[in-house]
Amino acid sequence: MQHISLLVNGKEHDLSVDPETPLLFVLNDELGLRGPRFGCGMAQCGSCTVLLRGQVVRSCVMPVRAVASDEVTTLEGLGTPEKPHPLQQVFIDEGAAQCGFCLSGVILTAKAVLDSNPGASDSEIREALGGVLCRCFTHTRMLRAIRKYAEKKKHDSVSS
Amino acid sequence: MIQSRREFLKSSGSLIVGFSATSVLPGFMGAQGPFATHPSHIDPNRIGSWLAIDADGSITAYTGKCDFGQGIFTAQTQLVAEELCVPIPRVKLVQCDTAVCPDQGTTSGSQSTPTNFNEESLALAAATARETLLKFAGDRFGESVDVLHVVDGVVTSKSGRAVSYAELVQGKYFNLPVDKSARRRSPAQWTTLGKPVPSLDRAALMTGAFEFVHHVRVPEMLHARVVRPPAMGATVENVDEASIRNIPGIVKVVVRKDLVGIVAMKQHQAVLAARQLAVRWSPGPKLPRQQDFFESMRRQPSQDTLSVDSRNVDARLAAVKSIISATYTYPYQMHGSVGASCAVADVKPKQATIWSATQSAYPTRSVTAMLLGLKPDDVRVVFVRGAGCYGLNGADAVSFEAAILSQAVGKPVRLQFSRQDEMAWENYGAACVVEQRAALGEDGRVAVWDREAWVSALGNRPGYDRPGNVITGMLLGYEAEPFQPGPAKPPKGKLRNQSNIVPAYFAGCIDGNCGSEGTVVAERALTHTVRSPFFTGPLRSPLRIQNTFANECFMDEICARAKADPVAYRLLHLKNSRVIGVLKAAAELAKWDPRPSPKANLQRSGIASGRGVACVAYEGANGYAALIAYVDVDLESGVVQPKRFVVALDCGPISNPDGLRNQTDGGILQGMSRSLVEEVTWDESRVTSVDWQTYKSLYLDYEMPSIECVFVAPEGVPALGAGETSITVVPAAIGNAVFDATGARLRDVPFTPERVMSALEIARKEATA
Repeated sequence: MQHISLLVNGKEHDLSVDPETPLLFVLNDELGLRGPRFGCGMAQCGSCTVLLRGQVVRSCVMPVRAVASDEVTTLEGLGTPEKPHPLQQVFIDEGAAQCGFCLSGVILTAKAVLDSNPGASDSEIREALGGVLCRCFTHTRMLRAIRKYAEKKKHDSVSS
Repeated sequence: MIQSRREFLKSSGSLIVGFSATSVLPGFMGAQGPFATHPSHIDPNRIGSWLAIDADGSITAYTGKCDFGQGIFTAQTQLVAEELCVPIPRVKLVQCDTAVCPDQGTTSGSQSTPTNFNEESLALAAATARETLLKFAGDRFGESVDVLHVVDGVVTSKSGRAVSYAELVQGKYFNLPVDKSARRRSPAQWTTLGKPVPSLDRAALMTGAFEFVHHVRVPEMLHARVVRPPAMGATVENVDEASIRNIPGIVKVVVRKDLVGIVAMKQHQAVLAARQLAVRWSPGPKLPRQQDFFESMRRQPSQDTLSVDSRNVDARLAAVKSIISATYTYPYQMHGSVGASCAVADVKPKQATIWSATQSAYPTRSVTAMLLGLKPDDVRVVFVRGAGCYGLNGADAVSFEAAILSQAVGKPVRLQFSRQDEMAWENYGAACVVEQRAALGEDGRVAVWDREAWVSALGNRPGYDRPGNVITGMLLGYEAEPFQPGPAKPPKGKLRNQSNIVPAYFAGCIDGNCGSEGTVVAERALTHTVRSPFFTGPLRSPLRIQNTFANECFMDEICARAKADPVAYRLLHLKNSRVIGVLKAAAELAKWDPRPSPKANLQRSGIASGRGVACVAYEGANGYAALIAYVDVDLESGVVQPKRFVVALDCGPISNPDGLRNQTDGGILQGMSRSLVEEVTWDESRVTSVDWQTYKSLYLDYEMPSIECVFVAPEGVPALGAGETSITVVPAAIGNAVFDATGARLRDVPFTPERVMSALEIARKEATA
């Protein structure tokens, strides 16, 4: 066990954990967060996705020590049911989920690609989602929601 | 003893008035259950078992059908709101908690809608409740019920008097029976049902606030992992606990026969220990070789069933000049839930609580009690949603094992399966071989059709007393459902086409009673069930997708032989108006161009395009679908790329068109993944498709085809299932489209590029011969 401080969704946490513990287990078990989920434990599906320095990270294979002082953003760090992030809002509007277990991978990957490349084409967005798995196959609605958000973002940046 | 239902309801902070909260059957033991399942302690014939009205007029409803992402939570909430004429936010639905909900068996088989949305169960209880409240109001006003009107839970009379539900019940209990003659609100009256109500879980799902079973945490909870055998049938010889001595936090290594689990303080410690624990296993029996597995299936002792047999098929086939024949194979496929299964159990000396994503709350309660040595009444199963399951994934096994581990350590335990635990040991969708033979009559129609199938099976749902049907039971020494090889008896009674063995084109006649409404009267359908080397169980459209693939592709082969248009030729052989209805609707929406397949002037290089159709009467009469697939085939690489799907669906009156659309699209695309890439693989001792690199699934970067969809239904029909209808027709529609594009017939799922290339080669040879 080691003392570690972790910045998650804008909040500082002081924890005593084995530094080799995967970040996912710390987020789920120590902090009670529900956004990132254990899907495969092998970085193959994306269910455990979080953002770190604006990049998507598979928290199931990242030891918590590797986070260092960077801020971790989980799905709940984007918005709340009462005040969802605009990207979450388009997913709500489109009903882009069935079981919803995979959503951290889908929404956070889409956010990361559009934050770094606001003009991303459909194929660039799809390519970014290459490692994200949705076994309910809600692909059509998810891609529609992301496209809608991308267009809105483009429109907002032009008008502002 | 677990608290009474009424105490539970009180302790959950819900002040239940209105209907009785003590609808518990007195001394109810041993009799057949209300859903032809099992004795339940909650009487489904009482309104209070389904509904309660709180002092503030809000409604709490209890259901035995639960939501895994298919949208039934929202639809059932709409149903209760509709029948009681209250807005949706005033309804709180409690799903599948054995302490308070009636036993509705398993949420499966596209049965939630037929069961809860027609003239029984939840719908009937809600209709009875509304009529009862109206009667109370009529009595109070001294007016006839006929002149009363309810909006938003307030009853008004013609004379202008008004009273709310809360005022009518006045904190009293009414122990009333469900009235079999209570009148449902008709689709014409609907204000809430039938509307595209946004699914109620959306905001929580999209923002990470939703609680999955993976998130359940209880005080003093420990973490567990299991250690599975290296091979099917291997048994524990020795467990060396010293091998994990260096790992801190280990609470206990639990070994019960061949079930090995590790309970630790932290999840990470359990993971490390499960990886490192030295277990010596006996070698398991050798597995049959995968490369000739389908051949070997046919040599196994089999349990035979005749669905139909006109007893003239052999003679008819012997008398014709030309027989059309083909053999189709369908592999084992996985549920492959995106989240590996998880459960939390708190087992005390005399009672237990299990938080479980099972589809079968009450059956899981009974089996868990059996494994723990408790009475079912002393076990409570609380449903908490897991990742989408599409049938019997690892949810039952993980629940049983969490309970066993919790009992072993005397503390609450959360058990999380690893990806390999999930994929190597789940109950796969069955592997099948189907041989088809048919001949045309002089009129060009199908005169005789003979169908012989081999289906692999081992285990199933555990039900109320059969833990050996899943891996947990096998490890603990329980037997799976008995397998009794034997010849088929002549078919009897009316055709029950639940597995879609019998094509819609068969007349389906048994002793003059014809149950399939097709034109083919010289008909036989024989099925050999053989023992599977792996566990099998219901996977979305179980056996229906396999059988429909073989039937609808073969119909297409017959069409080609008859040089007939695949839609028109199907219509020639159908009499079922609802199959005809969806087939015509799909063809119309797609602007189907009538002509035979394959198309004329087949190209030899580049990308070839084609279209294919398939249709089904799901389970004979539980939903109808027709699908037209448009695909591109790369003649150089053999890659099949679906471009467009057009689907027509008839499931009777629709509770929620948005939810139905979501299920329909998801079913088609999941079916596409199963058609193109999904297949369980194994070597001589073990399953080798144990993660997402070795078991293929289409990721989110796949270029998705467009989907057009039309819902049709005659008036006045009951509500049918819809979650499995669209997926059922996908492999056949894609296979038929590939044939149309290339002249190459795909008879083996999945349609890998290698298989497409070899089918193209065969087609070229046949064309030049």
